[in-house]
Amino acid sequence: MAGFLLKRLIQAVFVMIVVTLVVSIAIRLTGDPALMLTQGAGSITEQDLERIREALGVNRPFLVQYGGFLAGLLRFDFGNSFLGGTPVSRLITDALPATLLLALVSMAISIALSIPLGIRAATARGGVADQAIRILSLVGLSVPNFWLATMLVLLFAITLGWLPPSGMEGPANFILPAVTMGVILTATNVRLVRSAMLETLQSQYVMVARAKGLSEGKVLYKHALRNCAIPLITYFGLQFGGLLGGIVVVERVFNWPGLGTLAFDAVAARDYPVLQGVITVLSLLIVGVNLLVDIAYGLVDPRIRTS
Amino acid sequence: MAAVLSFLRSQHFRNLEFLVGATLTLVICLAVLFSDQLFPGGADKMDLLARLAPPFRNAAHPLGTDPLGRDVLARVVAGGRISLLVGFVSVAGAVVIGVLMGLISGYYRGICDMVVMRFADVQLALPFILLAITFIAIVGGSLTNTIILLIVSQWVQYARLVRGSVLALREREFIQSARAIGVKDWRIIVQHLLPNLIGSVIVLLTLNVANNILLESSLTFLGLGIDPTIPSWGGMLASGRTYLQVAWWVSVFPGLAILLTVLGLNLLGDWLRDSLDPTGRTSR
Repeated sequence: MAGFLLKRLIQAVFVMIVVTLVVSIAIRLTGDPALMLTQGAGSITEQDLERIREALGVNRPFLVQYGGFLAGLLRFDFGNSFLGGTPVSRLITDALPATLLLALVSMAISIALSIPLGIRAATARGGVADQAIRILSLVGLSVPNFWLATMLVLLFAITLGWLPPSGMEGPANFILPAVTMGVILTATNVRLVRSAMLETLQSQYVMVARAKGLSEGKVLYKHALRNCAIPLITYFGLQFGGLLGGIVVVERVFNWPGLGTLAFDAVAARDYPVLQGVITVLSLLIVGVNLLVDIAYGLVDPRIRTS
Repeated sequence: MAAVLSFLRSQHFRNLEFLVGATLTLVICLAVLFSDQLFPGGADKMDLLARLAPPFRNAAHPLGTDPLGRDVLARVVAGGRISLLVGFVSVAGAVVIGVLMGLISGYYRGICDMVVMRFADVQLALPFILLAITFIAIVGGSLTNTIILLIVSQWVQYARLVRGSVLALREREFIQSARAIGVKDWRIIVQHLLPNLIGSVIVLLTLNVANNILLESSLTFLGLGIDPTIPSWGGMLASGRTYLQVAWWVSVFPGLAILLTVLGLNLLGDWLRDSLDPTGRTSR
């Protein structure tokens, strides 16, 4: 087990190093931050530029800067925003809860939808319900998330006036973005639940449960579902990255005050410290969740850690 | 009723799916290819007297017009050029690089294999959109950059798929005997390995074109992709958002075009997977 843990940990650290390195190199390639900061300002002398470079620390060798970035990362310090000088870490801690909360609600919606639908599809294998669910899931995989979001706003906010179109003032604001992401996640999840259930339904303990005369509901939800819970939780956990990626896009439609909005504003304003911070934190989250899922899976199922 | 139900359960239904998928794909590709002939005025022709004309009222503008009086149908069809171009070119690039890398790393193992697999780890850990924001923030959005970005982020899938198959195939007798009688490596790869992998690559490729069309439209919608003055589905959706309250059609039809195109390709891909995998697994 210790070996497995260590191996996964090293992999995760490696991924983080590559990500931060690539982002740092990329951002350095964009040009001189001192010039960007002073763009449009009047009489700037070479000494002024040099002072700004000195203050930002961008005149030091790349590896020193990268080392500084890593050291800052450990203290959750990503420097200050080019605009207004707010610490990037504070901007991130302000925006992070909105994104995470939306991710959790979307995930909950998708689990609540995909488990019954997936079980229905598996028990009706090849039948009408199975085909219908498969086609619906294919449609769900084909719909652009930002367009679905726009259509929901058009229907429920503009035409019917039932729900707020944007912002994050109260629980009602969660419904449209969370349903958008929940429905799109369900399209993939329903297939995963279906195939996990199909496998489980062929096992002998399901046959025994049926032979004992248990009700079909009990067989499916108590015996079969519990036994495929482990792979399902793993699948759902590994989707976290994709989910965050989707939310980043959908945030834009709903003016959701999360990390996606922060990142896009940073891109538009060429506010590179913020961009670097957001991307680092998002990838840290994803790599962390993937690591936890893998470790949990390894703990529960010894076959994983030995293979 | 009973006849309908039994039809839905039958193999014919799967064939119907194929038919729908193939028809959608074909019709959309043809319409896009011949968009200049279908709409001689072009997508940028402004009809200033008919700005924001609603759809289904006027034969001149069947899907209405946008705030500049440009025909929505003509723009949707012209916008398909970008989507299909990006979808097919990016996948072609990713397939060539990915299959080559997969063959080399699976067949020769060694350093190349290690590098490819570590790359795959990193890319699997990062959602596309994060990579895209970084990349586009640095190099700027354009048609070429979008295609490069998609190739860079997608080739690993093919490399992994091909590598996995090669690892299994190279132990099989027909490869072993080919090596034993001294067939050259490149011949083994081209004549014996490649034909055995092509099926699964084609399935992945079809689904990938669909996915890349979705990704390109998201990027353009976010302002990170194609130049907004060129008609594209994502760009039309982004500019239509401002007019959502007064002109729903400007936002509805480009999205519908994406949905139908991607759905057609997904139906084709699903059907291909089932036909190439006769064990009857209909799930991913």
